[in-house]
Amino acid sequence: MTEEEENLINEDLEVELVLEALLKKSDFDYRNYSRSHIKRRLNHRLAIEGYSKYSELIPQIIYNKTLLGKLLSDLSINVTEMFRDPSFFKELKKRVFPYIETYPFVRIWHAGCSSGQEVYSMAILLKEYGLYEKSQLYATDFNNDILEAAKNAIYPVDYIKKYTANYQQAGGENSFSDYYLAGYDSASITPTLKKNILFSFHNLVTDGIFGEMHIIMCRNVLIYFDKELQAKVLKLFAESLVPGGFLCLGSKESIRYSGVENMFDVVSTDEKIFRKRVL
Amino acid sequence: MVTPRIIVVGASAGGLSVLEKIISSIDVLPIPLVIVQHISPDSGDSVLRLLKKYSSIPFTEPIDKEGLEENHIYLAPPDYHVMIEHDKSFSLYLGPKENFCRPAIDLLFETAAEVYKDGVLGIILTGANRDGLRGCQKIKLFHGTVIAQNPEEAQVPVMPKAVVSEGLADHVLNIDEICIMINSVLKGVIDG
Repeated sequence: MTEEEENLINEDLEVELVLEALLKKSDFDYRNYSRSHIKRRLNHRLAIEGYSKYSELIPQIIYNKTLLGKLLSDLSINVTEMFRDPSFFKELKKRVFPYIETYPFVRIWHAGCSSGQEVYSMAILLKEYGLYEKSQLYATDFNNDILEAAKNAIYPVDYIKKYTANYQQAGGENSFSDYYLAGYDSASITPTLKKNILFSFHNLVTDGIFGEMHIIMCRNVLIYFDKELQAKVLKLFAESLVPGGFLCLGSKESIRYSGVENMFDVVSTDEKIFRKRVL
Repeated sequence: MVTPRIIVVGASAGGLSVLEKIISSIDVLPIPLVIVQHISPDSGDSVLRLLKKYSSIPFTEPIDKEGLEENHIYLAPPDYHVMIEHDKSFSLYLGPKENFCRPAIDLLFETAAEVYKDGVLGIILTGANRDGLRGCQKIKLFHGTVIAQNPEEAQVPVMPKAVVSEGLADHVLNIDEICIMINSVLKGVIDG
């Protein structure tokens, strides 16, 4: 074994110990997250703090609350925008809404809702399709700070231009400005969109089945997990859907490598929409 | 040169026309080839559709957790970093831009080096920033091979020049020579 290969094995051991320490000190369990993602985020913190080894983080995790907070915020990535991937929302309206239109009520779960942009996008879409009043949306995340931000729904006004463009490309039927109140440097989502949304804590790593859902939205969350955890979470989704319920993943995510593939039919290959089979 | 087990290619400004040349020169590909071309987040699959025309080899954007296969060209999708995990599967990553880019060349090159060790052939092409430099450092650390496009020939010399001036390039070649070298290396893989 070369010196570099041995170093790599030692590094992996250090990362494992860092994640154990994080779990014991914070209750956040990152052990089954994609290892390459974790290393990248930890590298970022090492560079800032001027450390050369992952293991130097361990005493900091134990004794330094400030650094622990920073590390947890490094590891929590929240990339989201309203109507992100407009073509997805178009497809949702075309391929999924005609089915749910026939249901007496609709339950939708946004798993890993982050700061809420996607659940509000869904609310707008439902409203324009005349489905909002019979819908109950559940938006969950394992980060309480971000859940609070999602509830408040106040976004920097600089983002509104991008959101508006996305909304239009997604086939929005009104003016996007109908849905927010613009302030000096921020825009807040109008309260009428919040009425049927319930925000709550749920941890995909440790918590169980979440209701009998008609649609589960979980886009660009699974990519943070390793194969094992992905498979576990996809099984949880399969069990949380009614027969005929829809699962929506991110454009580069798949059910192919998880063992639940045979429980679903593909509704849209490009937009990663799947439908649970009626057995 | 150690017989490579993967080829990784990084290109930025001016990259499309040289990628066309490289791709169309390859007839058989007994190992995986992964490309990062810097692109705007909104460009959809336009680059994929363009480059696909130059090859009959399967050519896709990788899906998260998909295993790397031989006889397959992969192109990093817009707005995602592409990394390789220890089990030789792809990991798509929405972490911050690096060197102002997502996808960034460094993330692909560094993780390829950690997984494929000395079996990486990294090729750094035309471009206007220094993305790929740290990736090439890692490839050299693990005794892989680095080819830089001749900065004098490159449409934008900054990117290959950074790698050459740090002494990381095993070969500094014009694009036609790069194509010849790739194909002779691939022939070496087939002949064992």
